[in-house]
Amino acid sequence: MNQSPPVEKDAPAVPVLQVQELTIRYGDKVAVDRVSLDIPETKITAIIGPSGCGKSTLLRALNRMNDYIEGLTMQGRVLYRGVDLYAKDVDPVQVRRRIGMVFQKPNPFPKSIYKNIAWGLAINGIRDGVPQRVERALQQAALWDEVKDRLHDSALALSGGQQQRLCIARALALEPEVLLMDEPCSALDPISTARIEDLLFQLRDTYTIVIVTHNMQQAARVSDYTAFLDGGHLVEFGPTEQVFTRPKEKRTEDYVTGRFG
Amino acid sequence: MRSSQQQALFRPRRSQQWREGAIRALLALCAAVSVVTTVAIVVVLLWESALFFREVSPWEFLTGTRWAPKFQPQSFGVLPLVCGTLLVVVGSALVALPAGLITGIYLSEYARPRTRAVLKPILEILAGIPTVVYGYFALYFITPGLMAVFPGTERFNAASAAIAVGVMILPMVASICDDAFQAVPDSLRQGAYALGARRRQVVLRVVLPAALSGVIASYVLALSRAVGETMIVTLAAGANPQLTLNPLEAIQTMTAYIVQVSLGDTPAGTVEYHTLYAVGLLLFLITFSLNVVAQRILRRFREEYE
Repeated sequence: MNQSPPVEKDAPAVPVLQVQELTIRYGDKVAVDRVSLDIPETKITAIIGPSGCGKSTLLRALNRMNDYIEGLTMQGRVLYRGVDLYAKDVDPVQVRRRIGMVFQKPNPFPKSIYKNIAWGLAINGIRDGVPQRVERALQQAALWDEVKDRLHDSALALSGGQQQRLCIARALALEPEVLLMDEPCSALDPISTARIEDLLFQLRDTYTIVIVTHNMQQAARVSDYTAFLDGGHLVEFGPTEQVFTRPKEKRTEDYVTGRFG
Repeated sequence: MRSSQQQALFRPRRSQQWREGAIRALLALCAAVSVVTTVAIVVVLLWESALFFREVSPWEFLTGTRWAPKFQPQSFGVLPLVCGTLLVVVGSALVALPAGLITGIYLSEYARPRTRAVLKPILEILAGIPTVVYGYFALYFITPGLMAVFPGTERFNAASAAIAVGVMILPMVASICDDAFQAVPDSLRQGAYALGARRRQVVLRVVLPAALSGVIASYVLALSRAVGETMIVTLAAGANPQLTLNPLEAIQTMTAYIVQVSLGDTPAGTVEYHTLYAVGLLLFLITFSLNVVAQRILRRFREEYE
């Protein structure tokens, strides 16, 4: 399961998300600088780079989670299946329903395990087969066996790794097409991290996944494509195997070989 | 001989130790003043009340429906005063609790940071207005308004005082609610938004339940302020202890009665004089238990996330 993913060179994958000349500023500070990037369908794309390089900001632009940040301005476009996500009549709520997100620190609601998942279904108007959907989501997130006997206990009683898998289950229950993950393992121990990585392999065929990570080994292990960001610039983007073994740019080589960052 | 490095390890000279001790004693004394005062007040309340309850049975005091210590035949049923206080408290709660909650939600969840930076200090200034100002406000502004709308309104009435007390405690409710909402970790909001929640759903179904104990604590503290509020009710609610639920009539609250007796020519040592302490003790017990309840709730609230 841990072998490096195959890369089709002759059949280019269909991009689900296209980032075009995207620039994001916090006030005067440029966080993302003219980035263009195609996210391929049902593949795992990793975004790597040193702290503060703009990778989280870029990720959050993909499902409009930056909308509520005061003083943030954007130029350029983000297309989802050809539709500009930032067009005036696009509903950000519908965007986030199709493009789910998992955060750095597990953030389950202070409710029961069951309700954590059922809540997302309820606010999206899904009322049919809720128990079945909850079970399926928990199974997809490889959490079901651990929690099936205590679904109505508080989610806050779970371990950090379990909480993070619950957050993944919560996102999957809405059957999104894309799953954005913002350093999902950075608050977890190595065993929990390994479980989440296993989970990513299982989800790879069904979902398009974009994962931000500061852990290069993780990027090399799990992703099909890798984007290297530095100082807001997209330095290099390509199949993971190529980026890590035959980088085109000197800066990428320095970073992936651990010379800086 | 000790080297200078060794010497540095030993206790300083005696004069310095004495200074440390003096400062410690001074600080302890300051702390003791407030504790001793509180204890002394409670002791006096209990002592003087005991003198009252030698003459009047607690049962008669707590269940009697006529309060007339100054008229013959004397009667010491405290219920009319409790009822008057209750009218004002319930009325002010109707004004302040919903409005305060809504203001808190707006401040924390909807106002832009710049708007919030302006509004929050204003709220805190409002909380600092002397209550006598609210009393005049009630008497010369709210009461004429009520009289215009409800012709049967008496010159002094519970409703006018209740509205003014409500306005007075509103900033406190809003401010504590705002703090409670701000204490809800942003990661919860983010998580909800990422699931496709709308702002209304994030606020009502994530932030509000998570901050609920803070909201309730603000309510209890506000009610305790309303129970103990004196100036507004003395000025605007009247001095007519009667058992009524009509807010447009004159009533008398426990606090207003205490003011009346304290200012009047009631001879010390009489039963009328001792009513002061009995009513004061009852008032103290009510506000004290409300505060204990609020503290309990707040403590639970602090433990909720970590």
